[in-house]
Amino acid sequence: MTTAPTPVPTSPAATDLGGGAGASRTATTTTPTPRRRPLARLGGASWLATVPLLLFFLIGFGLPAVAIVIGAFTTSTDAEGGGGQFTFDNVTASVQGAYWTAMLSSLKLSALTALLATLIGLPIAQAVVTSRHTWLRQAVLTASGVLANFGGLPLAFAFVATLGNAGEVTKLLNLTDHGWSLYSFTGLTIVYLYFLIPLMVLTITPALDGLRVQWREAAQNNRATTAQYWRHVALPILLPSLLGGFVLLFGSAFAAYATAAAMVGATVPLVSRSIADALSGNVLVGQGNLALALSLNMIVVAVLVMAVYLPLQRRSARWLS
Amino acid sequence: MAQLTPARTDRTKVRWWRGAVLGIAAVYFVVPLAAAGYFSIDDPQGYSLEAYTGLLSAPGFLDSLWLTLGLAVVTVLVLLLLLVPALIAVRLGAPKLRPVIDVLCTLPLVVPPVALTAGLIGVLRWGPDYLMDTPFFQTFVFVQDPDFPVVLVIAYVLMGLPLAYRALDAGLRAVDVRTLVEAARNCGASWPRAVFTVVLPNLRGALLNASFLTLALVLGEFTAASILGYQPFPVWIYTVGNSQAHMSVAVSILSLLITWLLLLLLATLGRERHAKTTS
Repeated sequence: MTTAPTPVPTSPAATDLGGGAGASRTATTTTPTPRRRPLARLGGASWLATVPLLLFFLIGFGLPAVAIVIGAFTTSTDAEGGGGQFTFDNVTASVQGAYWTAMLSSLKLSALTALLATLIGLPIAQAVVTSRHTWLRQAVLTASGVLANFGGLPLAFAFVATLGNAGEVTKLLNLTDHGWSLYSFTGLTIVYLYFLIPLMVLTITPALDGLRVQWREAAQNNRATTAQYWRHVALPILLPSLLGGFVLLFGSAFAAYATAAAMVGATVPLVSRSIADALSGNVLVGQGNLALALSLNMIVVAVLVMAVYLPLQRRSARWLS
Repeated sequence: MAQLTPARTDRTKVRWWRGAVLGIAAVYFVVPLAAAGYFSIDDPQGYSLEAYTGLLSAPGFLDSLWLTLGLAVVTVLVLLLLLVPALIAVRLGAPKLRPVIDVLCTLPLVVPPVALTAGLIGVLRWGPDYLMDTPFFQTFVFVQDPDFPVVLVIAYVLMGLPLAYRALDAGLRAVDVRTLVEAARNCGASWPRAVFTVVLPNLRGALLNASFLTLALVLGEFTAASILGYQPFPVWIYTVGNSQAHMSVAVSILSLLITWLLLLLLATLGRERHAKTTS
């Protein structure tokens, strides 16, 4: 690339301005006045450029949000006797019976898979970070990037082909005779781990990179064992990152829909699936607003998740920058 | 010297442990892919590539693929057109809006795709009731056009917003936009020229990053499309899966390969840009 004689328009600009940036930054400290003026001129109108984004957000995100809140507390328009009256029925129904079971099952699955993925992802990330082979690190991180995005349908079908009723591994090891079923809570857990572990590796690697070698050396010089180093130095520093990662995984397992929809059908009740069913009228007609109430529950859980995640992320950034 | 010996045994122990961890992980992650690959060519009479060769002639394959590609391109364009001007403006002249944009672009993370879809359906249900005789009704019809469902673009833009925002914000953080624009303006460049020939080329990596992430998102998105009742590629795979298991697995493998290629392309392009700036 460096020998290419044709100067691409980007390269002269990039090198040129790289120098320019440094030069003017030193200039600002001495003469700040000439720097301000051109920017002040554009300052008045520049916020206009944010208007399209704000408008889109208001319509595309604001209206559905309003629809969820209003819908959750009113009667369905497709139900008998018209709709639009204020009611708590949807919300109370959404935390009872089968819907509550689905919610609990979703929470249990998300918590379990996030916990397992955190516990398994940490040693993998540590193995990669401490390895001297850069190609290994590159390969694992690239693969993690792909697999973390490999959720949804392709994942479900790959596992059906592997561990499903007619799957290759199932046939090879006669797993059905041993009572194995992919279409169960355990099966779903194994499938979810397939994209959650790589996500954990990606999330925790920067934090592990941030652990200074000096800290470990200092611990060793004080005759600390590896276990003591981890117990008293590394884990306390990593804890916010680990918890943040756990919460992130929880959220992404909780929001997942496609994998479960393609795989388990109704054997494992999940809140995302019950929303889809209520929306499509699979269960009963006139439950459109019940779906909105269920969505509201889901958003409440997700908001709680983010409320835990964001401060943790900020806290871990303080140590590991 | 006494300290050197335990250190060395420690290191070999660590290496053994590392190999075991990575080995087990490799088995867990490779076996399903290999098994799926084998499954897609496995045939009672031996092996057959029919699942792959039959794809093009499969009903609905090309239609759904084109629909998905069209949606992906429009989504990427809309996202960039909304985000890039806003983010550059925030850096240049409206720093007070920055936290607002930051919160707005993170908010969609809080709403799971299923809930977002439910909300969109809720809005679409309002349409006919209240706005039957107004031009708004036409908008609702247009938004739900089965040939090109704009409502899906809206959903995808919202889902892609946090990803694209993070990518672009990281890119903008690496360059000093203020100084760049100032330098260009001082050299007599017009506003559009300063943005298009100076700022955007410097953001090439970030723009590509944001585009690829969005592209990967749209190519794999199933929830909104299936609940709203459209048939882009992922929904087509699902439909095929019910009747032809081999073909659905084959397509799944292909889609994984496509994602992989996209990410590799992204990594190479990013590295190229990096090499150019450092040289």
